[in-house]
Amino acid sequence: MAHVAAIETGKAAAALMRRARKAGHGPKISAALLVAPLLLFVLIAFAAPIGSMLMRGVADPEVAPVLPRTLAALQGWNGTALPDEPAFAALVEDLRTARAAGTLPLAAGRLNHDTAGLRTTLVASGRRLAAPFEGSAREAVLRADAAWGNVETWGAIARARGPYTDFFLLAALDLKRDAAGTILPVAEEQAVFRIVFVRSFWIAGMVTVITLLAGYPLAALIATARPAVAAVLLFAVLLPFWTSLLVRTASWMVLLAREGVVNHALVALGIFGAPQQLLFNRFAVVIAMVHILLPFMVLPLYAVMRQIPPLHLRAAASLGAHPAAAFRRVWLPQTLPGIGAGCLMVFIQALGFYITPALLGGGADQMLPYFIGFYANQTVNWGLAAALSLILLAATVLIVGLYGRLVGFSAVRTS
Amino acid sequence: MRRSILAAAAAGLMLAAAPGATPAASRDLTIVSWGGAYQDAQRQVYFRPFSQATGVRFVEDNWDGGIGVLRTRMQSGNNTWDLVQVESEELLLGCEEGLFEKLDYSRIGGRDLYLPEAAHECGVGAILYNFVLAWDRTKFQGTPTWADFWNVERFPGKRGLRRGVKMNLEYALLADGVPANQVYATLRTDAGVERAFRMLDRLKPHIVWWQSSAQAPQILGAGEVLMTSSPNGRITNANRTERRDFGIQWAGSLYTIDSWVIMKGSPNTNDAYRFLNFASNPRVQAQLVPLIPYGGASKGANAGLSPELLAASPTNPANLSVSLMIDDQFWLDNLDKLSQRFNAWLAR
Amino acid sequence: MSAIRLGWWVVSLAVVVFLVAPLGVIIPLSFSEGSFLHFPLPGVGLRWYRALFASEFWLAALWNSLGIGLAATALATALGTLAAIGLWRAAIPGSAAIMAILLSPMVVPSIITAVALTFAYAPLGLASTHAGLVIAHALLASPFVVVTVGATLSQFDRTLLRAAAACGAGPVAAFLRVMLPIILPGVVAGAVFAFATSLDESVVVLFLAGPSQRTLPRQMFAGLKDTIELTILAAATMLTLLSLVLMVLVRVLSARTARARAPVPEAA
Repeated sequence: MAHVAAIETGKAAAALMRRARKAGHGPKISAALLVAPLLLFVLIAFAAPIGSMLMRGVADPEVAPVLPRTLAALQGWNGTALPDEPAFAALVEDLRTARAAGTLPLAAGRLNHDTAGLRTTLVASGRRLAAPFEGSAREAVLRADAAWGNVETWGAIARARGPYTDFFLLAALDLKRDAAGTILPVAEEQAVFRIVFVRSFWIAGMVTVITLLAGYPLAALIATARPAVAAVLLFAVLLPFWTSLLVRTASWMVLLAREGVVNHALVALGIFGAPQQLLFNRFAVVIAMVHILLPFMVLPLYAVMRQIPPLHLRAAASLGAHPAAAFRRVWLPQTLPGIGAGCLMVFIQALGFYITPALLGGGADQMLPYFIGFYANQTVNWGLAAALSLILLAATVLIVGLYGRLVGFSAVRTS
Repeated sequence: MRRSILAAAAAGLMLAAAPGATPAASRDLTIVSWGGAYQDAQRQVYFRPFSQATGVRFVEDNWDGGIGVLRTRMQSGNNTWDLVQVESEELLLGCEEGLFEKLDYSRIGGRDLYLPEAAHECGVGAILYNFVLAWDRTKFQGTPTWADFWNVERFPGKRGLRRGVKMNLEYALLADGVPANQVYATLRTDAGVERAFRMLDRLKPHIVWWQSSAQAPQILGAGEVLMTSSPNGRITNANRTERRDFGIQWAGSLYTIDSWVIMKGSPNTNDAYRFLNFASNPRVQAQLVPLIPYGGASKGANAGLSPELLAASPTNPANLSVSLMIDDQFWLDNLDKLSQRFNAWLAR
Repeated sequence: MSAIRLGWWVVSLAVVVFLVAPLGVIIPLSFSEGSFLHFPLPGVGLRWYRALFASEFWLAALWNSLGIGLAATALATALGTLAAIGLWRAAIPGSAAIMAILLSPMVVPSIITAVALTFAYAPLGLASTHAGLVIAHALLASPFVVVTVGATLSQFDRTLLRAAAACGAGPVAAFLRVMLPIILPGVVAGAVFAFATSLDESVVVLFLAGPSQRTLPRQMFAGLKDTIELTILAAATMLTLLSLVLMVLVRVLSARTARARAPVPEAA
């Protein structure tokens, strides 16, 4: 229901602009004044927040104010061997200041995104180095935590110098830089995002194909049936279309539960010996997504098919074409714009699905949006959440743009 | 500069558009706990009687744990929580990172009122309880151990575990035959962590993950799993209120203390202290046990319990002696690293 | 009937059953007197509806949904209608870009909107407030108003405004007396779309709302993550009923808009 008017949007927007252009030299100023409130509202309350969130994907502001002396001492450090005594002394100074000011957790959290465990290293070292000590800073720091003997710990600090970074974008592609600045793949057991990208596109693609296969015959039937039958069928499409996404997700949870309707029926029919686990897997996610997105396929298909004069097929038949050939040569080509529009709308929405996989899927069925939410809300890794958002948004815009370039939005305009 | 102008403009517009915007300071005392049957019991024993006795209005929220959630709330400036019930490693981590107010024990009856391990500088104990292995007696005869839990060949069926790294590594090692008193020593070595993850790898296709504690008895009762890990109280509660026949394996269970903390900068600190003071009364705490068997953290909270209630209670010495205390220090040092590895493992 | 035709019908009807069945299952289940998730029902009654209306959580969620929905609808309809009229009135430089910006809340994946708005609104004290949620929902709903009102305006006869001006009516009077009555069905349809959008919104509310702003979808989400009680299905049935009313409303209105077409061909 959230995108209820989406289908009408493309064409109506285009019509609106066409009309606006045609109007010629009207009272432009009053027109601008009428548009201004909403435009400002959207720019300030929506576009600016989105922009500033995406900026977090390349910004790196946390460490510089907390460890300024250390970063200054690391200026020009080549990252191949442990830094010299002054860097250690600067670190002790920074840790003490930051601990007293209570700013240490911020920097520690940021460094932990780089190398898991560094939060503990920083906070614990801050605690252990708070008291005065004898001898060299280097020895005291290495005593406080052995991780300071690792070049990569210092590399993590140097990398987080800011103000801009490619760290999060690289991390979103399962890549990282080492202390010397070389780009490397992350450790096998930490690599997850490439799998997630492939999975997201795979699920979205699968849902698109299934909705097309299921939606095409239904749309054709609605377009060619008697008006009374068509009205009933159309109602069957529009009712779920208007029903809340959460209601439909909930109904699939109830249907597919171990003691739910589907299991109960299949056991009663003797198809299952015992109730099966139907929830929290890929199957549940895909079937619910197909259900939710099917109307977005049927409606544009129907809109295009309605325009095809039935005469065309009859003409083909009377010329001796086999029904299959008539369908392939005459009917199918004319429905291509509808197929394109439906697939585009289903695929893009599927790519952004959050609620349904979260409720119906298991750990290995979560798509890109889940990880955006996870990093934003549960690990404070806002840079990574932003980098993933950037990729999701870029994919969305790219697909829309590609579609516009290849097919053209005018093809969707049907009324 | 441009950004600050934009921000000021945004603030102006939003205030103009939203005259009803309420400043955060005027919100009601917000109490956050673990939801489901436990929070229902808390509402009955603590929240409502407290509100009636003092006239303090409250709202509730619930969460599934995770220090990152608390960090996000503080760093984003979108914290609406005042009193939160947290697990032990969240208490230590959050205290060190300054997420919580330091408690003034003189306002809540003094440290001596509480069990010594329940009086922390940032949080005061709420309950003492165990994460146990639970199963449905109508579907599984006998008393399964963690080794049986892992043995899907012999006992086919799904297994329920909490979505998170803490405790699952411990269970994995117990299932692999590591003696309880060696679990954390083993986990402190890289080889021990590898061993635990290898065990989890073996079980992964058979695991149904639960997140909120209320889900554990739910998936067990619905037959989604044959056995599950669960906080002990939810299991006993399901037996009582839903007439289930769930079994509890105390041996190899992990016990811990949950604490109340006051979020840093809470505008309702005063009311929060009044609540803690109310909830610290051992006689009030004792009323919780008949509803859901979690031990109180004030001294004397468990005095006078009937033998039947005591049998299901975590503080029963017979139960306590066979369970393992969660090593907070280990998780304090390793939670970040192991969580990240676990999340990547889970997503694949 | 040929075999192909028969197969076509069978497949199509199977798809129709697939589309309708989930609602066909949960609505009857919500009237169960028992607590099982399957048929046959042990008894039929309003047990779960009574539980729904006895629960302070569900009631609060219901009021939040209606209140936030109405406020967001008012804001989105007012701003959206003005903008649609502006876009219709004259060609503004960069109107394609303006349109893209106005429609962007509909295109950006909801999770990105949710996270971005939460980050931006929190420092302003707008996160976890009703006002913040109203603003967010108005943003998400406004494109539907712009599009719906714009579609209605495309049928509107410009000469009517000129006629009104010739009769001495000022622009405001011309708008109120001449234009608004004609495009009103479109405006109301846009408002219905806006309300439906807010009523269904479940991702932004998950991130931006505090415990005092829980809406019906938010409350349902929490319930689905915990114990699936039939109260959720009672709430779902009520939401579905509401959706049905909104859907019928829009159909009726669009029929009226079609009838309200200007009698004179457009002078463009």
